[in-house]
Amino acid sequence: MQKSKVYPWYFAIGSILVYTVLSVVPGILGIGYSLTDWSAYSKEIHFVGFQNFLTVFSGQNDYLKYISNTLWFTLVTSVLKTVLGLLFAVALSRNIKWKNFHRGILYLPSVLPILVTGLVFTSILNPKTGFLNQFFRAVGLPAMARKWLVDPKIAFGSVMSVDIWRGVGYIMTLLIAGILAIPDIYYEAAAIDGANAWQRFRYITLPMLRQTLAVTIVLNVIYGLKVFDMVYALTNGGPGHRTEVLYTAVYKMMSKGLYAEGTTISSVLFIFMVIIGYYMVKILTKDEVVE
Amino acid sequence: MVYTTKNRFVQVFLKNVLAWAASLLVIIPMLLVLINAFKADGETINMNLALPKQWIFTNFATVIEKGKLLRSFFNSMLYAGAGTLITVTCGAMAAFVFSRRRTKGMSLVYMYIVLGMVIPINYVTLTKTMLTLRLTNTALGIILLYMALQTPFTIFLIYGFVSKIPVELDEAAILDGCTSMQLYWKIIFPMLKSAIVTAGVLCFLNCWNEFMMPLYFLHSSEKWPMTLAVYNFFGQFEMKWNLICADVLLTCAPVIILYLACQKYIVGGQTAGAVKG
Repeated sequence: MQKSKVYPWYFAIGSILVYTVLSVVPGILGIGYSLTDWSAYSKEIHFVGFQNFLTVFSGQNDYLKYISNTLWFTLVTSVLKTVLGLLFAVALSRNIKWKNFHRGILYLPSVLPILVTGLVFTSILNPKTGFLNQFFRAVGLPAMARKWLVDPKIAFGSVMSVDIWRGVGYIMTLLIAGILAIPDIYYEAAAIDGANAWQRFRYITLPMLRQTLAVTIVLNVIYGLKVFDMVYALTNGGPGHRTEVLYTAVYKMMSKGLYAEGTTISSVLFIFMVIIGYYMVKILTKDEVVE
Repeated sequence: MVYTTKNRFVQVFLKNVLAWAASLLVIIPMLLVLINAFKADGETINMNLALPKQWIFTNFATVIEKGKLLRSFFNSMLYAGAGTLITVTCGAMAAFVFSRRRTKGMSLVYMYIVLGMVIPINYVTLTKTMLTLRLTNTALGIILLYMALQTPFTIFLIYGFVSKIPVELDEAAILDGCTSMQLYWKIIFPMLKSAIVTAGVLCFLNCWNEFMMPLYFLHSSEKWPMTLAVYNFFGQFEMKWNLICADVLLTCAPVIILYLACQKYIVGGQTAGAVKG
């Protein structure tokens, strides 16, 4: 049986073509255009070398701030989603009543449109009329009522909290599947040896979950670096540029006609993710590579 | 012995407290939207969990009319439906070839595609590409964009399932005189059905929820999908949260129905990539 005849390459051509033209080509083109002064205000495009990259990394125009915001968002949400997800997964994996109800409810936010979740939370977090502040006032804690999305000190924390609210159920679900794949016999043996709950978690659950945890962290990092909808709906980068992330900054540059700046920032992200992407894909496809 | 039973009781108690607290934290915002969608105009200045004084069911009709939701609904259906169909049809055939031909070259191409789960889109130059291809502001354009976005995960997911189908089946089919098209559609495709449904449901969900692509590439409002329509509606009726809540419910309803009906596929598909025995 001749493999190249039975499994012809043209079966894959549609997928490869569309993916290449609309996803890879713009990325590579973008690196080219980031070496120019491309903008909406001039028909001519000139080669300017690494000028745009110098502008980004010299700290002018807050560009570095957008990058550090994005990295900070990614770090905080990834860590908290993983820690909380793990906590819920351990609680909801075995021996608890109503577990399917809890699992289903916690997972639900991650299937809803991210934009819509953001919009609803702009109402909930409204300083005057929002549900959260009304709640704090009603239970006698008016000091807890804050200007969640307006106060520059806490706005980014609020955005990240809403995103954790939305994403933690998905991570929990992955981890529950991981925990349920651990053979019962390990826990039985540990129980006979007199291990307590913490020891069972520390010496059985955690080591056996290593691969699943690696995958969840990769997924969180990919999501975090590319976040747009949530920030756009909640604050659109404000107040000032306190919550500005890469993709919201690029969108603003696009609408201002600053194409070269927009494509430079996008290219920084593109190059960075292609490099770490190699390792991430290795983690995601680990078992298949071994085969 | 008494000590351990007591300890166990405390553990179970704490677990339940945690679970209910977390579930409540998720349910309350959803309940808030549900209740306020039925309130009268002045009643939602403060959004709270008080039941409506009078249940206004006409909010939904108002929203559908003012927000032109019917058209957006059909747009979303078209984009997500056609996007899913084409992504999964092409993706499954590609995954079949990649999974069966594991030469160095083919593995490289597979890696190249799977890398798409990681790499970010450069929207600035994508605009130029779309203009060059005359795809900006067209349904075909948005469908192809959804395909570009969803293809990597779709192929990654189905690839794993193909490798579970024994190669001996292929050999037998070829000996019996099948062409590769017949082999794929008559033998492999039926065996991949559950994987394809899983990939399809996930793809549909992601396309339905997509906001950024329409924001960049659909400029005329009669082409907007639900997500863009609800965002625009929010801008127009900022103070009328009863109407916004009704709009939000209508936007989320198809996704929630799909989630309830296909929970097994959604959860199964999302965990299949992450957890392998």
